[in-house]
Amino acid sequence: MGDVFPQLAAISPDDAHGARYLLLAVMGVVAVGFAVAPLLLSALVAPRKPSEIKQSPFECGLESKGDAWVQFRVQYYLYALAFVIFDVEVVFIYPWAAAFTNLSTGALVAMGVFVLLLAEGLAYLWIKGVLSWK
Amino acid sequence: MHATLFYLFAALALMSGLLVAFNPFSRNPVTRAMFLVLAMIALSGLFVLLHAYFLAAIQVLVYAGAVMVLFLFVIMLMDLRESERRRVGAFAAVLGLAAVSGLGALLFGALRQAPAGTEAAVGSTRDLGRLLFTQHLFPFEIVSVLLLVAMVGVIMLSQREAE
Amino acid sequence: MIDWINNAIAGLSAQEQFALFGLLKILVAVFAIVLPLVAYSVVAERRISAWIQDRVGPNRVGIPFTNVRVWGLGQPLADGVKVLLKEDFTPAHVRTAYFWLAPMVAMVPALLTLAVIPFGSVLGAQPMVMADLNVGILYTFGITSLSVYGIVLAGYASNSKYPLLGGIRASAQMISYEIAMGLSVIPVFLLVGDLNLGQVIAYQAGGAWLVFKQPLAFAIFLIAAFAETNRLPFDMAESESELVGGYHTEYSSMKFALFFLGEYAAMVAVSAMMVVLFFGGWTLPVAGLNQPATSLGVGVLQIAVFLAKVIVLMAVFIWVRWMLPRFRYDQLMQLGWKRLVPLALANIVATAAVLFWQSTKS
Repeated sequence: MGDVFPQLAAISPDDAHGARYLLLAVMGVVAVGFAVAPLLLSALVAPRKPSEIKQSPFECGLESKGDAWVQFRVQYYLYALAFVIFDVEVVFIYPWAAAFTNLSTGALVAMGVFVLLLAEGLAYLWIKGVLSWK
Repeated sequence: MHATLFYLFAALALMSGLLVAFNPFSRNPVTRAMFLVLAMIALSGLFVLLHAYFLAAIQVLVYAGAVMVLFLFVIMLMDLRESERRRVGAFAAVLGLAAVSGLGALLFGALRQAPAGTEAAVGSTRDLGRLLFTQHLFPFEIVSVLLLVAMVGVIMLSQREAE
Repeated sequence: MIDWINNAIAGLSAQEQFALFGLLKILVAVFAIVLPLVAYSVVAERRISAWIQDRVGPNRVGIPFTNVRVWGLGQPLADGVKVLLKEDFTPAHVRTAYFWLAPMVAMVPALLTLAVIPFGSVLGAQPMVMADLNVGILYTFGITSLSVYGIVLAGYASNSKYPLLGGIRASAQMISYEIAMGLSVIPVFLLVGDLNLGQVIAYQAGGAWLVFKQPLAFAIFLIAAFAETNRLPFDMAESESELVGGYHTEYSSMKFALFFLGEYAAMVAVSAMMVVLFFGGWTLPVAGLNQPATSLGVGVLQIAVFLAKVIVLMAVFIWVRWMLPRFRYDQLMQLGWKRLVPLALANIVATAAVLFWQSTKS
């Protein structure tokens, strides 16, 4: 791609790469400031008149009973587990995609097996009904 | 500059790691999980300092963004007030100590073997992909089987819960 | 004046120039581009929804202290002042630290993802991207995956039934569609052969835009983008007919505004991602705009082209919100796991097979 944009290649030498992460840290500070500043400002200027009604949990006109803390259905947890597994899979596919143009047939077959095993896993989860919301 | 950043991230990782295990201010499991997220992000900063950019991105994507979300879900699935009160049992303490000493021995061994002052690994994601699919093909395929086993594990869990 | 600036810049070392321009780019991009874009997308949402529903919408507020109305374009200013002066009460039953943390966590990731987006070619010798990372796309997904915490923590901190249900629903939805989103763009990188976002644009400058080469990938990404930003038809997080306001039911004043603006900032970020990945970024295949700018005028024009594309996609987001009804939760999960994930996997296999076949043929 360097031949399409010789200028871009010339102005972004690889040795300055670490410094770009420094800019990322600066961006992080700016972003946090962007989120914190309005909160502080509002804490300074906003009026404050607490009352018992305002401080009660929001419910449909009824007095709320007990803590909001309820146990969740296991389904949410299963989706989270499936998510972690597939996230790891995605992470393995990215370097393969980046290196694809220079890889041998063997690498293609290896990735084929990898994707096939995971497709099989997905099918298994599907058949066993883990993916259906009940 | 480099050294300052290293100490900054290392201190952040250690501090938040300690706050996960021994937090004197709160026994709330959600707080512990959030400090673990912070430790993961600090580790990713350390990877950047080592020029391991791919690992840094993965650290945030998989550990901070996926595994810790799962942890939070698990915490929410349990009864929170119960776990805030719970004390560490003798069995758990022994098991934990054994795990810590095992990991410590592994780390010590790895540190002794590593040559001093290694150059920072310079390599792109593409190089990593190439290595993964040539030299390390066999471990890679084992990983895919491992992931499949994990999925079967999910199903075992769900069916036990359903009963 | 210009001579003086040129001389001052020439007097700096390369490192100082890098730091100065890096800081300038961040400040200008965040405060002069993203902030107005977010503020006016709220107005656009209200005006477009009014237009679709045959109402008038906010058209009164103009320049403060005058009678000039300019089609209601002063609205964001009025909204901002109003939100700032509203009482910001913290209900008694909440977990205070997380109650304050959640709105910040909702806002920051959306801004951080913008750091790797190339929003123009070059101005002078400066590439128009805040941080040009080689792992570009992985960084974006990494930061996006952190945005779940804002919603989970809001639900947890509120210690109230509706926010808790909204928060847990939304987080399960977001993680499900994150997989579809991550898998959907892999064919793009198979074609480009690099994870850097600048290279994706360079690839599209040399041929057709990727939306034409990978329409299926774009369709999956677009659907996942609606779910990731919690927009209708997938706004299970709020779902006001069931959950009042979802995870931000207990929030008021500026904390609520941060959630609200965070949603729009996430829309800007994901629209910008789509422009880069599928619509050629700052390029336009006319009048030599496909090449990096050689003059300041062309550089500014290319930034305008990029912003115009982003605004069109934002308009699509708003349009869809007011045209489609909400999905049911089981339908939503079914679409994510049983339709989009297998489709994305099939698309990867098909693209890889075609590319491999082409390489053996030549």
